[in-house]
Amino acid sequence: MIRFEQVNKHFGKLHALRNVSLNCEAGQCIALVGPNGCGKTTLFKSILGLVVPDSGDISFDGSTLIRSHLYRSRIGYMPQIGRYPSNLSIGQLIYLIRQLREEETQADLELLEEYHLESMFEKPMRSLSGGTIQKVSATIAFMFNPSVLILDEPTAGLDPLASEILKEKIKKELAKGKLIIISSHLLNELDELATQVIYMQEGEIKYHRDITELKEITGETMLSKAVVRMLKQASYV
Amino acid sequence: MYKVLRIVLADILKNRVLLVYTLLLGALAWASFLLEDNSSKGMLTLLNIIILTVPLVSVLFSTIYVYNFNEFLELLLSQPLKRSTVWLGLYAGVSLSLMLSFFIGAGIPLLIFQLNTAGFMMLALGILVSLVFVSLAFLATMFTRDKSKGVGIAVMLWLFYALLFDGLILFILFQLSDYPIEGALMMISFLNPIDLARIMILLHLDVSAMLGYTGALFFDFFGSSTGILLTFIALCIWCWIPFQISLRKFKKENL
Amino acid sequence: MKYLLHILSCLCLFHLQAAGKVWNVDQQGSLRYIRTAVGLASPGDTIYVQKGHFKEGNITINKALTLIGVNRPVLDGQKKYEVVSIRSNNVHFEGFEVIRSGKSSLDDPGGIKVYNCKNVSVVNNILRDNFFGIYIQNGAKCLVRNNQIFAKALNEQETGNGIHCWKSDSLQIIGNRIDGHRDGIYFEFVTHSIIWRNISTANIRYGLHFMFSNDDVYIGNVLKNNGAGVAVMYTKRVKMFNNHFYENWGASSYGLLLKDITDSHIENNQFMRNTIGIYMEGSSRIFVQGNSFNNNGWGMKIQASCMDIDVFSNNFSSNTFDVSTNGTLVLNRFKGNFWDKYEGYDINKDGIGDVPFHPLSLFSYIAEQNAQAMILFRSFIVTLLERSERILPSLTPDEFIDPAPRMNKL
Repeated sequence: MIRFEQVNKHFGKLHALRNVSLNCEAGQCIALVGPNGCGKTTLFKSILGLVVPDSGDISFDGSTLIRSHLYRSRIGYMPQIGRYPSNLSIGQLIYLIRQLREEETQADLELLEEYHLESMFEKPMRSLSGGTIQKVSATIAFMFNPSVLILDEPTAGLDPLASEILKEKIKKELAKGKLIIISSHLLNELDELATQVIYMQEGEIKYHRDITELKEITGETMLSKAVVRMLKQASYV
Repeated sequence: MYKVLRIVLADILKNRVLLVYTLLLGALAWASFLLEDNSSKGMLTLLNIIILTVPLVSVLFSTIYVYNFNEFLELLLSQPLKRSTVWLGLYAGVSLSLMLSFFIGAGIPLLIFQLNTAGFMMLALGILVSLVFVSLAFLATMFTRDKSKGVGIAVMLWLFYALLFDGLILFILFQLSDYPIEGALMMISFLNPIDLARIMILLHLDVSAMLGYTGALFFDFFGSSTGILLTFIALCIWCWIPFQISLRKFKKENL
Repeated sequence: MKYLLHILSCLCLFHLQAAGKVWNVDQQGSLRYIRTAVGLASPGDTIYVQKGHFKEGNITINKALTLIGVNRPVLDGQKKYEVVSIRSNNVHFEGFEVIRSGKSSLDDPGGIKVYNCKNVSVVNNILRDNFFGIYIQNGAKCLVRNNQIFAKALNEQETGNGIHCWKSDSLQIIGNRIDGHRDGIYFEFVTHSIIWRNISTANIRYGLHFMFSNDDVYIGNVLKNNGAGVAVMYTKRVKMFNNHFYENWGASSYGLLLKDITDSHIENNQFMRNTIGIYMEGSSRIFVQGNSFNNNGWGMKIQASCMDIDVFSNNFSSNTFDVSTNGTLVLNRFKGNFWDKYEGYDINKDGIGDVPFHPLSLFSYIAEQNAQAMILFRSFIVTLLERSERILPSLTPDEFIDPAPRMNKL
């Protein structure tokens, strides 16, 4: 569904993506892990077209997404830190964003209900806590029933309950055969969700494995441990 | 673009800075028209507003707003929207709101107390100057990702056009006072939108005095309908070009 | 004795009137030509002219007659003749419409021209499209009142002056309207005369123009929108009171240009929207008081060749520049004027500002030397410079001050 071919990206001297080649298919839930500054966000942004690669190609359903914008109607993006125009209320924001996409008649407002955001519709964005903003971000990401979901540290600011609701939602969407890419530091959180793991370091994809395969190779049952073990194996073997 | 514009307007029209700016303009304009016993002093106050306050607020406010809008811009761009649509919508939103502020703050008193050519001229110029400095602000934000640097650039731009540029002309004037450099000066003044606006207003405010300078070519030129037309075209170009450059940069920008 | 004289004069008047015969000129009647009537009449007679269009060429009045137009008969000079020539004392000419005099710069034909006589009155006529309107040459004690004089000239050569007076004495020019001539009112060597309540507008050159005309008084005239405003030269003892000088715009246009004028009074006049309110050159001992200068380019320009000009108690407001000069020597005095640019204070509340005002603007001073600098006028940097100059004069003469500026308008 999304395919990276030899993608390179530099920011000045920083080599943010090194020869990234990648293939993500529908029905997968990919955990994108790696240390800070390893290029996860750049990878996301290049899928969203926010970052244009220096070389290589990224394709979405077989056609290149570089300098195109219509494919994005099929992507839902939840940013790491959502910041919204401070004077808009939640209701206004959601209404206006729905306006942006006139083709969607049926909006998926499940998260909106689960998070009870309607009760706060009048509240301006500037008065919201980080957690609430994350809830809003999540709602927006899932709202248009996208076939690809890109979630950048989705559970970072969420309380356990909200986090659980989100995970349930992700599972539900996964069951519908969507492609979900999640980056997170909290590997345990991803344990029950992810079907694949991509480990990035210094702009490079160190490995891209199926979770079951990964656990088999490393002999670990915990994803977090398996990831680390795998890394050690990779560097020593 | 219209939908992006709606989002920006929905947010910006509730902005407190903008509200304060509108009130400030209104207070200055009403006070200067009501408290002074002759309207020409009011017009002078408005001239100073147009050549100082309007550029400063326009450039600073827009710069800060665009930087603050950055994260949301990413979210907008993750929607199926063209970059140019988003940027244009943002520009339209910011400039419309600043225009509206100027119109409500200064324009209404102008139309009440100066319902004549000079009044309309001032209104048009105030709006154009706002637009030019919004454009320059958009350009400034494209120079650096760093908000404080961007604000610094914006302030420098203002300082340059409001003060330094004229200082430079004054210096040249004194150095070369024996030469007929007026033609060159006229050309140079096209490089400064504030000067253009000021000269236009000057010709309406001080027309009696301007007629006294037989040698003053610039009066003949800027006072003619060709001159007025050219000035307005130049100001429109001043809005257009910085914005176009910023748009071009924005299209290639990594966010 | 006085009583006796009074009776005597009444009798004389009665006698004159009683003696005069009355003639009636009517194009439908038996006496059809004005010229014939003038020929037949004897001094002291009255000729009534009924409504009609008379093309009689030149009508010369060489006797002391009273001519009265009834229902405004038209005297047409057909662009060939001087229409009415008055060559006798004691002529009264009233109620006509005089049009289309000939044009010639050799003998200056006029609509109505008065040659070398006394006690002539020209009252309540309309003059259109004449070369000169009313021309008084070497007259004395003549009265020109309530005439309306119009022309539609496009350049100076095409037309003469509205009311032109030369080498005359004791004239009264009252309540006339002059529009579209070369000069509205022109005086040369005219003395002891009064010019009162005339309106002179849209003339090609000057609304009022006089030279070598001493001891005249100008009161309550309106001089508006004339090509070069008003110019007065080489004259002593002029009094100009309550006149209105409006909208005299242009590079060499003046509300009032004074050149070599001495011992004169300019009081309570209004100067509005002129390029230059008053321009003075080579003038001295002039008292400028109680005038208002509004919305002019320059309120006053006092050239360095002037001295002893007293500018007291005037209003200066909304002028681009209130006062300017071209020299550094200050021989004139300013006192007690109201300046709208004054930003001083009045702690003791006596209506007089406690710090002196420097009416000379730095920038007008700079622009005087280098007109190119005007391109920077009212820019922020120039405003800063002006302000600092007002506080600490360095370039402008620091004795050029009003030591007692008024806080409020007069």
